[in-house]
Amino acid sequence: MIIYGVTLLAVCTLTGITAGKILGTLIGVPANVGGVGIAMILLILAGSYLNKRGLIDVKTEQGVEFWSAIYIPVVVAMAAKQNVMGALTGGPMAITAGITAVICGFALVPMLARIGQDKAEETEKTASQATSA
Amino acid sequence: MYDSLLHVTDKYNLVTAFAFIGVTMWFSYWLSGRFTKGRIHGSAIAILLGLIMAYFSGVFTGGQKGLVDIPLLSGIGLLGGSMLRDFAIVATGFGVNIEELKRAGISGVIALAMGIFSSFFAGVAVAMAFGYTDAVSLTTIGAGAVTYIVGPVTGAALGASSEVMALSIAAGLVKSILVMIATPFVAPMIGLNSPRTAVIFGGLMGTSSGVAAGLAATDPKLVPYGCLTAAFYTALGCLLGPSLLFIIMRAIAG
Repeated sequence: MIIYGVTLLAVCTLTGITAGKILGTLIGVPANVGGVGIAMILLILAGSYLNKRGLIDVKTEQGVEFWSAIYIPVVVAMAAKQNVMGALTGGPMAITAGITAVICGFALVPMLARIGQDKAEETEKTASQATSA
Repeated sequence: MYDSLLHVTDKYNLVTAFAFIGVTMWFSYWLSGRFTKGRIHGSAIAILLGLIMAYFSGVFTGGQKGLVDIPLLSGIGLLGGSMLRDFAIVATGFGVNIEELKRAGISGVIALAMGIFSSFFAGVAVAMAFGYTDAVSLTTIGAGAVTYIVGPVTGAALGASSEVMALSIAAGLVKSILVMIATPFVAPMIGLNSPRTAVIFGGLMGTSSGVAAGLAATDPKLVPYGCLTAAFYTALGCLLGPSLLFIIMRAIAG
């Protein structure tokens, strides 16, 4: 049933967000410490465990997949509720600071991607061999 | 007439939001196919349209929540709010390959640390160039360049002035919006095309909304990988901002 998938997703989300909140309180940070990340890992682990045991049918999967597909509209709605005017009226310093941070981030992607790339390439090769075979 | 319309859209606000966002997406995909032959992804156009509409809504209503400030469209706040956003992001994790994730693990942790430091010091350098000299203001503005949540959290902890707090939030907003817009265009240049680079990207940029939207417009398959590391970024920033980063700044700026 579709609702089983939605329930699995809901339970994982709530557990993860709660864990993130507790973790935040424990280390004294006024933010959720990786709640979404923890929830995702829970869903990945629960999903593969249930899959191996054959406990997930197509309908159950659809319950999760619907929300995964609705993700882009959610992001569009999120963009539509940003304080864009606030960002643009923040003055040249705020804009320059934001732009500089983004440029640094983009520039560091290829640099960090090189770390441990050899190992990654090996596995990529084996993966592509596996798919071609 | 307007009253009864408002009554319906208010009572059925989430349904109104689904209709409105759906039409926006249809229009964006039509623009993408008709004028760019699909080169600019429909979702990238939809996100950009969302931001433009949010800007004009801010100009006309004077509010801070984009389209949500228009009473007819209050449901956008629910659809784009943190509850459904997190719910949908977690759902994207269902398609994640565990092996890919394990392989990217350590690079992701390094990316998180480097992302916070590089954004912070980029913000500090700009603040210095604009004439700020005291450690509290510099740290707050630098923290704002990390994310718009880390900025005010750090500023409040250090007792920064409200003007500096506002600037730090604005810097974080600019970062988040720029990541949304620029990622699909920059992605080919920086090799952002695999789960591993998406994990690194998420750790370096960190802004949850920016990473989520930027990757969605680049390749929806990469979304869960980037969001997984980005989920830890703001918290790590809040942890480091008023502590380690401030201590460093106090040593530098005195």
